[in-house]
Amino acid sequence: MSRNAKINTLLLLVVAALAVLPLVLGLGDHKEEPFTGADAEAEVAITEIQPDYEPWFSPLYEPPSGEVESALFALQAAIGAGVLAYYFGLRKGRRQGEARAKTAEHHEVAEAQGTGDGAHEGAAAGHPLP
Amino acid sequence: MHIAEGYLPPLHAAAWGVASAPFVVHGVRALTREVKANPESTLLLGASGAFTFVLSALKIPSVTGSCSHPTGTGLGAILFRPPIMAVLGTITLLFQALLLAHGGLTTLGANVFSMAIAGPWAGFGVYWLLRRFDVPLMVSVFFGAFVADLVTYCVTSVQLALAFPDPSSGFLGALGKFGSIFAVTQIPLAVSEGLLTVLVMRLLVKSSKGELTRLGVLLQGGRKSDTTTEAAVR
Repeated sequence: MSRNAKINTLLLLVVAALAVLPLVLGLGDHKEEPFTGADAEAEVAITEIQPDYEPWFSPLYEPPSGEVESALFALQAAIGAGVLAYYFGLRKGRRQGEARAKTAEHHEVAEAQGTGDGAHEGAAAGHPLP
Repeated sequence: MHIAEGYLPPLHAAAWGVASAPFVVHGVRALTREVKANPESTLLLGASGAFTFVLSALKIPSVTGSCSHPTGTGLGAILFRPPIMAVLGTITLLFQALLLAHGGLTTLGANVFSMAIAGPWAGFGVYWLLRRFDVPLMVSVFFGAFVADLVTYCVTSVQLALAFPDPSSGFLGALGKFGSIFAVTQIPLAVSEGLLTVLVMRLLVKSSKGELTRLGVLLQGGRKSDTTTEAAVR
């Protein structure tokens, strides 16, 4: 693994650890319902401060169940991840294409000049530098 | 986590809407200008919006024993500046309010103000300052994203405390209450967001040197820093 890839993997591992540790350490155990949403807790806090407060508007559409809701959240994440993957894939493909085009040019020049070192450099240019 | 539908009194909801509207209108103008002047930036704009989409869909457990989600607004604010991020953030909030019953239409103004305006501006400000003092790019990006995330939820706490001051301890008492729910929960998530933003920025530095140079994140020639700080921030 290159140094670059190692750093990126490490970043992801730390993020994963930050998310998993609260669960492993049981930091939600003191609650009746551990790991609920902060927005739901805020609703409770509002009712504590102002017991007679009634929300004056309700969502136009509400997912009929927790399953449907999680599906929609997954959809949101999937759309975002898809666009990001498209972006980075396209960039990588373009860079590779450019590198190849350069190599081909180099080849033609090399062949015209009758030298053979174009092939070797071409193989290196096929893999863009990190 | 945004303020739920109907949970801000009408007057507060309207006031935050009025406060947010000019930023979003200005942002739409900045966005159209950007796309017209640099059509090739559309892709990276899409990617920045997509980053917000992914991150604000991930509800992650935190040290307080509750869950919240990052915002993903730091990246777009650093790349395209906060006005454009106001638009991208608003789109994300609308999606969640309309389809997920998360946040809401009546609280949209307040949520836009915290997540799409205050957070991005604070994050960009920190990033900008750090860059001025020659702090390395990735360190600045981390703190920019961290602050954008955390400030979002501090503002949310202030908004709720203004609307629901504690009967005995007043605004400050309520701020402590909402702050312990939102802001404290958010600290580890803001660290995660900072790290993920650094990860994406590292990938961008590798794949989109030209674009980052044009946006002023990298200097001419793709360098990350220079002795002349003036050029570090466009």
